[in-house]
Amino acid sequence: MAEAQNIPAGSTTAGAIAVAAESTVATRMSAPPSFDVADFPVPHGREEEWRFTPLARLKGLHDGTAVANGTMKAQIDAPEGVTVESVERGDERIGKAGTPVDRVAAQAFSSFAKATVVTVPKETVLDEPIRVALHGEGGTTFGHTVFDVKPFAEAIIVIDHTGDGVRAANVDILVGDGAKVTFVSVQDWDDTAVHTSQHNALIGRDASFKSVVVTFGGDLVRLHPRVTYAGPGGEAEMLGLYFTDAGQHQEHRLLVTHDAPHCKSNVVYKGALQGQDAHAVWIGDVLIEKSAEGTDTYEMNRNLVLTDGARVDSVPNLEIETGEIVGAGHASATGRFDDEQLFYLQARGIPADEARRLVVRGFFAELVQQIGVDDIEERLIAKIEAELQGSV
Amino acid sequence: MATLEIHDLHVSVEAENGAREILKGVDLTVKQGETHAIMGPNGSGKSTLAYSLAGHPKYTITGGTVTLDGEDVLEMSVDERARAGVFLAMQYPVEVPGVSVSNFLRTSATAIRGEAPKLRTWVKEVKSAMEQLQMDPAFAERNVNEGFSGGEKKRHEILQLELLQPKIAILDETDSGLDVDALRIVSEGVNRVRETGEVGTLLITHYTRILRYIKPDFVHVFANGRIAESGGAELADQLENEGYDKYVKGGATA
Repeated sequence: MAEAQNIPAGSTTAGAIAVAAESTVATRMSAPPSFDVADFPVPHGREEEWRFTPLARLKGLHDGTAVANGTMKAQIDAPEGVTVESVERGDERIGKAGTPVDRVAAQAFSSFAKATVVTVPKETVLDEPIRVALHGEGGTTFGHTVFDVKPFAEAIIVIDHTGDGVRAANVDILVGDGAKVTFVSVQDWDDTAVHTSQHNALIGRDASFKSVVVTFGGDLVRLHPRVTYAGPGGEAEMLGLYFTDAGQHQEHRLLVTHDAPHCKSNVVYKGALQGQDAHAVWIGDVLIEKSAEGTDTYEMNRNLVLTDGARVDSVPNLEIETGEIVGAGHASATGRFDDEQLFYLQARGIPADEARRLVVRGFFAELVQQIGVDDIEERLIAKIEAELQGSV
Repeated sequence: MATLEIHDLHVSVEAENGAREILKGVDLTVKQGETHAIMGPNGSGKSTLAYSLAGHPKYTITGGTVTLDGEDVLEMSVDERARAGVFLAMQYPVEVPGVSVSNFLRTSATAIRGEAPKLRTWVKEVKSAMEQLQMDPAFAERNVNEGFSGGEKKRHEILQLELLQPKIAILDETDSGLDVDALRIVSEGVNRVRETGEVGTLLITHYTRILRYIKPDFVHVFANGRIAESGGAELADQLENEGYDKYVKGGATA
């Protein structure tokens, strides 16, 4: 991929590897994590964690003016053996995987009425995915969902967001010791929807977790996929794919905290952008704490800018508090599908729209193949084709 | 018989201080089966001619005509020209990340031939063409031009020439940057295509070296945006001995 020289004007691709005694990932947030929205000041937009986000488009989620007045149609298809409960605030499983890190996540936590807990019992290997279909029918809704996958169980979980509305909802994924979980979150919203969510995964000893985040729709989508380890030997793979169109703001802020020894993490996010004021933000923080000896981590973000007028901010950040690691690295690059590439392909008889499709398909192909959920892969390919149709 | 006719072609590019005319009335006819070498000093407009014929958006045609078998080439989009039978082997082919050579070649062949080539014969066709150009089969799985050496890029261009079988092949400094072995292999590829008698070749070069491998029927000296002199293969020998001095002097821009 064409590297730095191809970054479109106005984009940033800053990155840092810091070897520090104390984490700045935590200190550069305006407030420490908390379940209480009152612990966070109302953001004004210049804070590190808010500087890329158009606050005015959050529909009041950030300043306390959003009220739960909407409808979210929810349907959960759970294979046999899986239990689905609606529980009161205070249930000990809620919030166990992680604490809200910004005001919007805390707002979601402070505002949900009841939480949904989905449990996969110990040693249960599901042969069908757990499917949660959320269809927004307008207005603002809050929510909280916990997936509790017990030790040595295996599950694929798919949350599918469609429709319109303002949605602030956090997701906890408890991955038991030796368990294997694929968690897919699809943001296929109408172009007017607003969605914020913190995904907290707590990975048990020798467990493996794959997160797949797919964002196509929405006026504003701001997600925090986060991973911590409850014991040694855990593995996390975090894959993301976004297609940002004119006027859309799609922001993915990842944090992997290596706080246990001999764990692995691998982050790959790829995005295509097209149209005026399409804005994608990718923040990839990896923190290797002093205790996390033997860590092996890599994170990568790739962006493909298809037209003028789009903007990418991509900021990988790696902090290492111990030298006793296997490997740590990151990469970020933003390339343009430019006139010269188009000319080359056209000069071989390939029409312009077909040329663009060839390049975008190629860009995403490898990532799509890694998802491992057939119907999601097929839908993704169809979705990418549809996005490209829209651009011509 | 396929014929490319260029008549009084004027081409300019946008420069800092307005449009600058680079081609100042080019006349040239290339017929199927013929090989024309276009030679000239740097900056004489040779490459501009090549890219203008292929339809690169950077160049503005300000006058003249180009027809292929009577069809107006200048009215066609870049891909239409390619499908009509015009092929440009580029001096600096660009990288196309994410697109494998095999996918690219098949997509291109499908576009040019108007239907997808039958998979079995296609695989054989590509394999034998690659063998003849001494290209590693692993090449097919790499991304187009990504990380290719100069020689690999040129072989890849000639591979496309062999597979796409155009009516008119324009080779823009295909010899530049090649060592003797690579030059021989690439030239043999061009000669295989020429030997079919189906292609008219426009060989653009700065040096006479490639003409030892590819024998031209006509040699044209390009200077100051037009053809300054035309002759047979013997004109190349004269250039080899005397250089371009006599064409550059007298007001021609270098």
